Parts: sequence; C-alpha cells; structure tokens
Amino acid sequence: MNAVIFPIIIPLLTAIILVLVPGGARVQRWISFIGSLAMTTAAVLLFAQTQQQGILVLQAGGWPAPFGITLVADLFASMLVVATGIVGVAVTSSAFAGVDPLSEASGYHVLIQVLLMGVSGAFLAGDLFNLYVWVEVMLVASFVLMAFHRTRAQIEAAFKYVTLNLIASSLFLTALGLLYGGTGTLNMADLARHFRHHQTGTFELILAVLFFTAFGIKAALFPLFFWLPASYHTLPAGVGALFAGLLTKVGVYALLRLFTLFFQHAPPELYRLFLIQAACTMIVGLIGALGQRDFRRVLSFNLVGHLGYTTVGLGLMTQSAIAASILYMFHHIFVITNLYLISGIFLRLRRSTHFTALGAIYRDYPWVAVISMIPLFSLAGVPPLSGFIGKLALVRATFGAGAWFTGAVVLAVGVLTLISMARLWDESFWKPGSERDTSAMSRVMLLPIAGLSVITLAFTVAAGPLFDLTLRASQQLLNPEQYMNAVLKVAQLR
Amino acid sequence: MELILAITAGTLYGAGCYLILRRRLAQLIIGLGLMSNGTNLLIFTAGGLTRAHAPIIPEGRTAITGAFADPVPQALVLTAIVIGFGVLAFSLVLAHRVHVMTGSDDIDQMGKEQE
Repeated sequence: MNAVIFPIIIPLLTAIILVLVPGGARVQRWISFIGSLAMTTAAVLLFAQTQQQGILVLQAGGWPAPFGITLVADLFASMLVVATGIVGVAVTSSAFAGVDPLSEASGYHVLIQVLLMGVSGAFLAGDLFNLYVWVEVMLVASFVLMAFHRTRAQIEAAFKYVTLNLIASSLFLTALGLLYGGTGTLNMADLARHFRHHQTGTFELILAVLFFTAFGIKAALFPLFFWLPASYHTLPAGVGALFAGLLTKVGVYALLRLFTLFFQHAPPELYRLFLIQAACTMIVGLIGALGQRDFRRVLSFNLVGHLGYTTVGLGLMTQSAIAASILYMFHHIFVITNLYLISGIFLRLRRSTHFTALGAIYRDYPWVAVISMIPLFSLAGVPPLSGFIGKLALVRATFGAGAWFTGAVVLAVGVLTLISMARLWDESFWKPGSERDTSAMSRVMLLPIAGLSVITLAFTVAAGPLFDLTLRASQQLLNPEQYMNAVLKVAQLR
Repeated sequence: MELILAITAGTLYGAGCYLILRRRLAQLIIGLGLMSNGTNLLIFTAGGLTRAHAPIIPEGRTAITGAFADPVPQALVLTAIVIGFGVLAFSLVLAHRVHVMTGSDDIDQMGKEQE
C-alpha cells in the first residue's frame, strides 16, 4: 500500500463529512480547512515517497495494468499534488474572513473539496479515460462554483466557460474513442509502449492535434484562450484564486504528460507549431494585460500570458526546457493564487478592483502592501524572487537549445510583465487616494497571502535544490521507459 | 454497418458544430447535445462492432472462444453518456438563468450594457 490514493480520498472524505455534518458556517470552514491540511500532509508524504522510491504505482482493485485503473505518481505529478494541497489550504483558510453566505449555505466548501479531489485525481491518473473522468469531476465542481453568484456578468461568464469546456471535453473524448479504436488500450503506459513501436503517421498526428486542441482550451493557450479573460474577473476572490492556480495547470500538465509519453518522436514541425503557440500566448496575454484597467482583468491576462511560459518546454522537448517550464509552473501556481486572494482584500476594502476605486493602499494598509509586494514582483521577475529564477531557467533553456526567437520573446514578455506589474503596484498601492480609509480590516485575510508569500520567498532560498528537482522530474518525463516499466512491471509481478 | 454509424456520427458532429455557431441559446444547447452524442457513437463504433457475441465465458470454461464484442467501449460510452447528460442538464439550467436575466436568447446580446 502506498500513499498515491490519499490525496484523492481525503478531499472526498472531507466533502462527505461536510455534507453529513450540518453545523454552522464556522464548523464547515474548520472541517474544510482541516481536510485541506490533511490532504497537503498526504501530498507531502507522497512526494517524499516518490523521492525515495521513484515512480509509485497503484493498481486499483489489484487489477493488473492494462486492464484496471492505474494511479501513477512520478516527481512531476507529486510536486503538483503538493501545490494543489497548499492552494487548497490557502483558499479554505481565506474562507474564515467570510464567504458569500448564500453560496456558503448551498455547498461552497463541499464543492471546493470536490474540485481539489478532481485536480489531484487528474494529476495522478495513469489511464486516459480516468483522466477524462477526473477532469470532468473538476469541471462540474467549477461550473457550480462559478454559477453560484447571481449578477448578470457572473452568469454570462459562467455560460461562456461551460460552453467552451464542454466543447473541449467532447474533443478529448473523440480523441479517446479514436485512440481506443486504433490501439485497443487507454492505459497511458501501455499506449506509450504502443507508440514506441509505431512510426508517427496520420493517425498519430490527428490524435496529437485533437489532444492539443482539447487541452489547449482547458489550459487557455493562444488561439483558444478567450474564455478565460471573459470569465475569471467576475469570480469571487477565493474561487478565482483556486481556478487561476489550478484549473489551467491541469491542461498544461496533461499536455506535457501526453506529449512526452506518446509523441516524442513526432515530426519537428509539430513542435515548431507549439513554440509559435507559446510565443503568441505570451505576447497576446501581456499586451491584453497592458490594455486593462481593472486589477482582476490584468491578472487574468497575465495568467494567460504566463501559461505561454509553461508551454515553452513542450515546444523544445529538451530536458532543461521542460525543467524550466515545470519550475515556472510550480512558482506560478503560488503566485497567481496569492494575487487573486489579494484582489479579494481589495474587493473587501474598496468594493471593486477597478483602478478608479483603488489607490493609497500603501498609506492606509501598509502591511497589505508589504505582503503583496512579494507575489507582484515575483510575477514581474524581479530578482531574487521566484519568478526571476523561473525566467532565468527558461532563458537559459531557450538560448541553449538555439531557439533564439522564443528566447527573445521570453525576455521581451518579461519586460512587459514588469511594466504591467509596476502599473498594478502604482495604481493600487501608491496612487494618492481620495479620503483616508479607516475601516478596520480583519487580520484573518492576511494569513493566507502571508503564508503563500513565505512560500514564494522560500523558493528563492531553495532555488538550487528546486531546480535539481525539476531537472529530475523532466528527466523522468523525457524517458518514458521508467514510467512504462513502473506501471507494467508491477502488472507482471502480480 | 460501420459505414452507416460513421456517417451518422459525422452528421451529428456537423450538425452540432453548425448549431453551436448559431446565435440562439437553445440552438447552442442542442448543438452541444448532438456533439456529445456524436462522440459517444464514435467511441462505440471505433471500438469495433461485433454481432451477437456477448463477452461472457461459457460455463465450465476459463476463456472466451471465438468472436466476442469488446465490453470496454460500451463501458466508456455508458460513463460518457452519464457525464454528458448531467452536464447538459446543468447547462440547460444555466441557459435558463441567462435567459431570465438578459430577457433574450440571443448570445450576441450578452456582455452588452455593462461595460
């Protein structure tokens, strides 16, 4: 018995307890918070186990690999599960400062736990259909969380989001159907073995494009990202933080996982296309961010732009590029979650996140400003914060692989991000405000953002070990033999 | 038989796409439904069609002999139908909310009057 199942089971149990124990809002918040803490502990244990024992495999029900459902945890997956747990803790603890009472009474905490379960399930799935199911679990929870709120903008945003995601799911399912028809299996290790023995032909290319489109929509990549800036800025802060931190990352994770396992030997034109896509995502996202005058809208566009960074590795397929992408993804999860939580403080203090409503936060609430500085300037890539380390790794990887154009785009977009973040800082913290704001702020709101900022700072201190870790994770991704042996050998032993 | 089902699935995809691109909410929802049914049919067909051979091991044997229908695509389709049904029901309710709020079923009316 290994720890692979616990990051999935614990949120499920927490959700069940939340449904069964009625209690008031206070009790619910505590249960949800403790559940997330337990899940993070389980995730850290799992991570420690994958460090010691290599790739961990759990065959559900004891059915051997190509037949049963397989859960697999390698370094990449377990890192992301740890990040999921920490984001869960941050979001559930931000609920102590108050959640919309209507949505809290109708299952806010339950849905958050279900969403966390879906996300960690998707990271750990070793079977494509299982991956589909986890993604649907996560999406259905996110649909309901998004539709809770009753303003017109929120309902419309939810509708766009639901439609686009349904289309993406349909495409993914289509790819699964064709894949099963062509190969007779949906187990990821078994499929990797199949693709190893076959030349990349039309069939594989069609699948690659279907997977790319399906997960490109979910990951909000260049031509397919429009739903994200159209919906994320309407979300309440806690939900927005959860979505921004985790949902798009599942799409990026699936792309990295599937393309390294199945299509490593696809023609280079495909990968050149990915590089162009990554460059366009970065440029369009940041140009969009510079055109906005609302804190949360700027964040949405920045989120899109920075997803481009996380897919550079997908286009280059070298060990250092994938490592840099993983590093950037890991850092970005914490930073963007933190920034959305900070937008929640603005909403509480000023009722809006539009630039006209913001300003003088530094004068009125210096501590908020000091703590917010860390994620803001980390996203901007100011040394020595974690964003700088991620970008440095990316620049080295792109120039090292001879991708001068992409490297130049990474640098240019870094400058644009700096401008965009400096503008956010100026408009929300430094700009002179109208009258002095004296309303007391609950200190509870500071806890999650302070915690996430400490983690961001810890990345700076532990930059060396962290980069080694991502290098090992990317080495595992680029050598699917390890993954295949781990899954299929276990099958033979049983 | 495969050909007929393949053409049907293709028609469902095509009709679904066409309806998704329309401006009316109801048509959009029907389009999504058609597309998910097209997908289900595709999985079913791609898994291989076999006539009248249930995948059941006869009594006293340890393995199936002769041709049999692959049960996996059927299980997949069943799961996909359930998920698709649930999500479609949800999007219907959501579309109803949108309709109540905007007073119109024209998607192009969305997002107006609030900038």
